[in-house]
Amino acid sequence: MRHLMNPLDFTVEELDVLLDLANDIEEHPEKYAHACDGKKLATCFYEPSTRTRLSFEAAMLNLGGSVLGFASADSSSAAKGESISDTVRVISCYADICAIRHPKEGAALVASQRSGIPVINAGDGGHQHPTQTLTDLLTIRSLKGRLGDLTIGLCGDLKFGRTVHSLINALIRYEHVRFILISPEELRVPDYIREDVLRANNIEFEEVERLEDAIGSLDVLYMTRVQKERFFNEEDYIRLKDYYILTKAKMELARPDMLVLHPLPRVNEISVEVDDDPRAVYFKQAQYGVYVRMALILTLLGLTGGATC
Amino acid sequence: MLNISGIHEGFVLDHIQAGMSMNIYHDLKLDDMDCAVAIIMNVRSSKMGKKDIIKVECPIEELDLDILGFIDHNITVNVIKGDKIVEKKRLTLPKQVKNVIKCKNPRCVTSIEQELDQIFFLTDENREVYRCKYCEEKYSNLDKMSARKKAAH
Repeated sequence: MRHLMNPLDFTVEELDVLLDLANDIEEHPEKYAHACDGKKLATCFYEPSTRTRLSFEAAMLNLGGSVLGFASADSSSAAKGESISDTVRVISCYADICAIRHPKEGAALVASQRSGIPVINAGDGGHQHPTQTLTDLLTIRSLKGRLGDLTIGLCGDLKFGRTVHSLINALIRYEHVRFILISPEELRVPDYIREDVLRANNIEFEEVERLEDAIGSLDVLYMTRVQKERFFNEEDYIRLKDYYILTKAKMELARPDMLVLHPLPRVNEISVEVDDDPRAVYFKQAQYGVYVRMALILTLLGLTGGATC
Repeated sequence: MLNISGIHEGFVLDHIQAGMSMNIYHDLKLDDMDCAVAIIMNVRSSKMGKKDIIKVECPIEELDLDILGFIDHNITVNVIKGDKIVEKKRLTLPKQVKNVIKCKNPRCVTSIEQELDQIFFLTDENREVYRCKYCEEKYSNLDKMSARKKAAH
């Protein structure tokens, strides 16, 4: 039985098969409308999440399956002190596959060790959120046609943003990927990403402070939110915050085929005036999130009709 | 000159960093074993200046050398059988250590899930880096040294 804990659990070849399947679902949704008839997905969310939980549920419903679960720890037996291991053993009796989100890092791995059904990590604290990375990869590959030969700009909070770290780890497996890391000094990528991931793998990268200085050379701009509470003092926040807000004026400096991605929720880091720009694909990205989760559910349930990962 | 009689079967752990033998005595759980142990401290050493030595009289399969490799892989292990040194073992860093160190990340699932083993995997042999199986928190040689210094005081 296979689980998904980390985006790197799939090899590049396995990932290609999975993303191909997601694209086929996008093109021929009717083919898959009853692929999971009679199957149940349990969504075990120990902390609130809107998009991820609903995206998983939409994915299973699109496949003809049904969903059950809980949306917060308060409404689960965790409030009574039940361990994750015991909860997942019980859930295994009720459902065919499980997506788990938990504030503690490694919680999904603990669940997978005791589970009788495939477990998908839907976010474990600040550690991993593999289906977001799969979503990002599917969006880039579908709209750019490739995952190699790209200059990727990552902008905003690169220190605490787990989506950014996972995406870097996933993209370095492709050839000729170059990163431009755009952030204030306080929010640069952690040392282990710079040293153990980028330098150790001879990946070309550059660190800059202003979005305007980098935007013209990017194929993909991945935006994240810069939160006020991450700064040591308000002066620095006020001085730097506008550098990380994407506006129509900054979009004019970008290439005509650059893509703007964002894991969402967006607060004010992308001005709403950018939403109508065809290069702004963050809402399309949310749609790709459903396709990739559908492909993942099919793959982990072994229902891909021969095209197994 | 201090004389300690030889052993018939067991181990002589040589080249222990001076002052660390009592920690190793506890780490190897020698206090729980029913065997004769001699701890010799601050012995002059041409290689180390000063060193500690531990002699343990016990059946040779009873000692967990994996833990010793994790604690200090520079220790020389002389295996004694029939009153003679039959092997000088080179210690290596174990690929995995179980329930020897604890994850210090308060956000790690090991902090809430009862009866979960504390498992660390060796992820970088050159830099002696171990990472928690669950949250991947780093446990480096530096952490090891500071933990041991703390214990020594």
